[in-house]
Amino acid sequence: MSFMPYVPPEQLMKDRSDFAHKGIARGKSVVGLEYATGLLFIAENPSSTLHKISEIYDRIAFAGVGKYSEFEDLRIAGVRLADLRGYSYGREDVRARDIANGYSQALSTIFTQQMKPYEVEILVAEVAEADDHGRNELYHILFDGTVTDEHGFVGIGGHAEALTQALQGTYQEGWDLPTAVKEGVKALSSAEGSEIEPAAIEAGVLDRTRPQRRKFRRLEDDEVEHILSG
Amino acid sequence: MTDNPAGFPLGAGGPIGANPSFFDLVSRNRPEAVKGLTATQGGADVPHPHGTTVLGLKFQGGVVFAGDTRATEGFSIADDKMEKVFPADDYSAIAIAGAAGQAVEIVKLFQLELEHYEKITGDRLSLEGKANRLAQMIRGNFPLALQGLVVVPLFGGFDQRRNEGRIFYYDATGGRWEEDDYRATGSGERPAKGSLKKRWRPGLSRDEAIRVAVEALVDAAEEDAATGGPDPSRGIFPTILVVAAEGVAAVPEDEVRSAHEAVVGARS
Repeated sequence: MSFMPYVPPEQLMKDRSDFAHKGIARGKSVVGLEYATGLLFIAENPSSTLHKISEIYDRIAFAGVGKYSEFEDLRIAGVRLADLRGYSYGREDVRARDIANGYSQALSTIFTQQMKPYEVEILVAEVAEADDHGRNELYHILFDGTVTDEHGFVGIGGHAEALTQALQGTYQEGWDLPTAVKEGVKALSSAEGSEIEPAAIEAGVLDRTRPQRRKFRRLEDDEVEHILSG
Repeated sequence: MTDNPAGFPLGAGGPIGANPSFFDLVSRNRPEAVKGLTATQGGADVPHPHGTTVLGLKFQGGVVFAGDTRATEGFSIADDKMEKVFPADDYSAIAIAGAAGQAVEIVKLFQLELEHYEKITGDRLSLEGKANRLAQMIRGNFPLALQGLVVVPLFGGFDQRRNEGRIFYYDATGGRWEEDDYRATGSGERPAKGSLKKRWRPGLSRDEAIRVAVEALVDAAEEDAATGGPDPSRGIFPTILVVAAEGVAAVPEDEVRSAHEAVVGARS
């Protein structure tokens, strides 16, 4: 049996954490925003098919930054968990908090037990029901399983701090969707340091005014373009 | 499954890539939940409600699916307001006849199968793909069909690649065939089909197709004891779904009521 040199746990955790941070910092960022009738996720994404933002369940959406294969793995796990819960119990029993906890536990285990941590940061959001005065839920989960409950807005990814700063100055409760999209793009552009083309914007909303059971909807390129030019 | 803390089903399902099938997922994770569908023995002598007549027909812009709302158990009426025609997703519908409990479970699984596929892959299944998947699920029910718990669906929808409505019918073994014009299944199949044969023609409008469907169900109810006819006094009308390019939509009760009045009016 070969002997591993002793590494203090503090050092081990710090190294892993630095490694994950570096991986995340290389990628683009995502903004999550509450607006008057729902929740908006918006990101710079040159690909129109490899999504950072997607649907998990009727009122739950997902956004991930960092390594695509890793957050895609998490997205699929989330869809599976949600669909299994909804089938076994009832559709209304599928809740974002539950899914966020699942992610948190999975990421925490991966962080401490696997060869390398996942280089990802994710958001899980749930939009409140139309006639209920309940709040939207917005969870931010880090590569080590840390979960925080966010309100109003949140930025994740390489430029998270710059995004948060930009939005702190402008964010107001009760924005309509076009304002939320415009301000989101403005924050992304200022954090990125360059103007983002409408075609390179990926956006998805959980719109509580949608009559359908599934509240998630992608904003198509021409819709984003129309909002930004208006 | 080292990446599976807290029952979180992480990891790819097949040799490569994520398995987009909900049925496989639930069979793997909660086998007890779908055991009945694949069991080799079970209680077929248990009395169970039986869904009766459903039908589907093509019209100019798509397909219409309709069904009476009666379920029977032997010589009794088990339920007079049982839904047997369902949207499968935004562009397709499924209608079922046969063992009611088994059938609604297959419908529920099929709906989830389509939604799950769409979420995992980011694309909707083609209509052809949906029809094939349903055939496999019906085949899974075959052991129970042998014991009398037969489920025979009609499936169809708007094929966005071909830009037309299509109808598929099945037998208890999972056999799958495409239908060109119209199809009925269940205990009232014969009279309903006879009626459709006389009334159906290519290029029907949506409203005409709804009327033809109602008339076929009225005929089926007249000839078949197990099929429930429309009963305005009790507010019992057939369930009718229309699937066209814009998607699937239920026909409102008022419209079914007036179609029924038109059918009855033409006969008196």
